[in-house]
Amino acid sequence: MRECLICQSPIEEDITWSNFLLPSVEKYICEKCEQRLELIGEEICKKCGRKMESAGICSDCAIWNNHPVYQGVFKQNRAVFQYTPFMQEVIAQWKFRGDYQMIEVFRPYIIKEYRKYFGKVKAKVTPIPLTEERLHERAFNQAEAIAKVMEIPIENALARKPQSSEKQSKKSRRERIQSENPFILTKSLNSPVILVDDIYTTGMTIHHAAKMLTDDECSPVYSFTLIR
Amino acid sequence: MDPYQTLKGKILLRPEINLPEHTIEHLIQSGQLTTIPAITKQKFHYKCNRCTTTNRQHFARISCARCQTTHPYCRNCLRTGRVLFCEKLYLWAGRDAAWPEQTNPCHWEGSLTKHQLQAADAIQQAVRAPGQELLIWAVCGAGKTEMLFPGITAAIQQGKSICLATPRADVVRELYPRLKQAFPQTEIEALYGGTEIRTGKGQLVIATTHQLIRYYKAFDLMIIDELDAFPYHNDKNLHKLAARAKRRDATTIYLTATPRKKEKRRIAAKKLPVVFVPIRFHGHPLPVPQLKLDIQLQKKLKQSRPPKSLSAYIQSRAQERQFLLFVPTVEMLTKMEEMLTGFPLKFTTVFSEDPERKAKVNAFRDKEFDLLITTTILERGVTFPSIDVVILDAGHEVFDEAAIVQIAGRAGRSPEDPTGKVLLLHQGKTNAIVDAITQIKGMNRKGSQL
Ligand SMILES: [Zn+2]
Ligand SMILES: [Zn+2]
Ligand SMILES: [Zn+2]
Repeated sequence: MRECLICQSPIEEDITWSNFLLPSVEKYICEKCEQRLELIGEEICKKCGRKMESAGICSDCAIWNNHPVYQGVFKQNRAVFQYTPFMQEVIAQWKFRGDYQMIEVFRPYIIKEYRKYFGKVKAKVTPIPLTEERLHERAFNQAEAIAKVMEIPIENALARKPQSSEKQSKKSRRERIQSENPFILTKSLNSPVILVDDIYTTGMTIHHAAKMLTDDECSPVYSFTLIR
Repeated sequence: MDPYQTLKGKILLRPEINLPEHTIEHLIQSGQLTTIPAITKQKFHYKCNRCTTTNRQHFARISCARCQTTHPYCRNCLRTGRVLFCEKLYLWAGRDAAWPEQTNPCHWEGSLTKHQLQAADAIQQAVRAPGQELLIWAVCGAGKTEMLFPGITAAIQQGKSICLATPRADVVRELYPRLKQAFPQTEIEALYGGTEIRTGKGQLVIATTHQLIRYYKAFDLMIIDELDAFPYHNDKNLHKLAARAKRRDATTIYLTATPRKKEKRRIAAKKLPVVFVPIRFHGHPLPVPQLKLDIQLQKKLKQSRPPKSLSAYIQSRAQERQFLLFVPTVEMLTKMEEMLTGFPLKFTTVFSEDPERKAKVNAFRDKEFDLLITTTILERGVTFPSIDVVILDAGHEVFDEAAIVQIAGRAGRSPEDPTGKVLLLHQGKTNAIVDAITQIKGMNRKGSQL
């Protein structure tokens, strides 16, 4: 019997009259864990895609929209899951412990939400890169793993400068907004772009990346993240 | 720093070695380190050479940015560090461990009882005999840690490397300060995957069995505590790790209060030498469980009403006396909570995933509750000086022979209060109940003959 990738409890394969003739969809997590994954839902911030009480623009995005450097560099973010403590653990297992296979847990949700928000958008897909050093250590780029799920050709148009720190938590918000852009452009795309990343937290990473692309005549720039 | 210090007796992944590339290359060229593939493909499966697993479910595939191929990685190793197919393991092949000479390593000033001394002597002899195995079958409350001191002393005097492995992290935490106090000049590490004492260069390593994953031909004396406890007793990989961590002529000491069938068979076949410690350190016999048949037990539990046998016990018990109530499942905990409201009792429940587990156990110890209702997690280790013990539905399959003996061993731990009641409420005796009582009585008989 298969074990849940998250909690290791055995997964019950339920065979009913409605599905026993269909090819069975492989299950990677148990029902309990499945219920703890929280989708963002319908009421969202129109800009960053976070869950809201009622649709509108959140206070973070209001600041971004008036920022002298970053206003208008990207159109909108859309995300799949809320950042719950449970999701934090799941992501830690995937990224920090390096359990690559966890992408299978997210796959069906990514496909569905991506189609919903970007199904009709004609754009190139660019994952947010890691530094060479981090990529070697982790042996995969989580943003690229998400992008691969969409089965659209990927354009690696950005690279991350070697010394730039990816751990932003120690700096204050103001410092982060003013910090130097960690990305460099490696390729001209001249087209609309969808940036892909695992998490949208402050929005700094996405704004930095989007700025590089808009300055290079890409428009509009969207982003799609697993978590907001 | 001499790389030898932290590499000797180890099997490590590259990120676990805190040395520059050129030093590692030098160590390999001079034959002090060897490398093997971290994962090897065998005929029908893969094998992780770090954790030794060959279980198909432990291997998943990664599209690897290091080697640009898609290959397996070991999921069984995730907690201690992911292992990729394209990685290597580094094994120490240099000189043997050399420890500071000590003539008087043991500063413990207590004394051993006659029975403890017998076991201690046997351990000491085993330490001197290459390749010897020895099982110490000591009842709950026999004081087994102190019995180890003379053997550990002998090993330190002979410059040996020592490992005390246990399946449970609580035991590592509890043993470290006691051993540190007894052997103050010895380099001791405590490894259990939490906030631990890890220097990489201990002569005496106290570790959970999982932590042996980083050791290779390291120890001359391997002591395995609670041989029969979960998860060690049913995890083949952990046995392999323990075997790999030993040097070829190592002495192995097993400690248990409740050996499993496998060890009992080896004892019976005279293939495993055994020393019994049938008496508790305070010299009193083990409390023998009393049985109470309740023919309506299952029916009442199904109806979520307190079984008669339990209510009768609660009403007749001495008011000031605390007791533990063991129930078979977590679901039964919640049911019991409902059933017992209305009784004049202060109580709480505890189970293994309970975030407040530690606080509740401490509160019970401080007598804030009359009763602690628990699943089998408290069967081992946790000691309360003066309590009675009740098992509800003792015929349930979770209460095997070892569990019943361990649970009964919670009572009468203190020399001031060496007796205690152990009551088994059941609706039909099982073999486990009968065997557990036979085992306890047998030990008491052995104890009285000494
Ligand atoms: Zn927003
Ligand atoms: Zn492994
Ligand atoms: Zn690789």
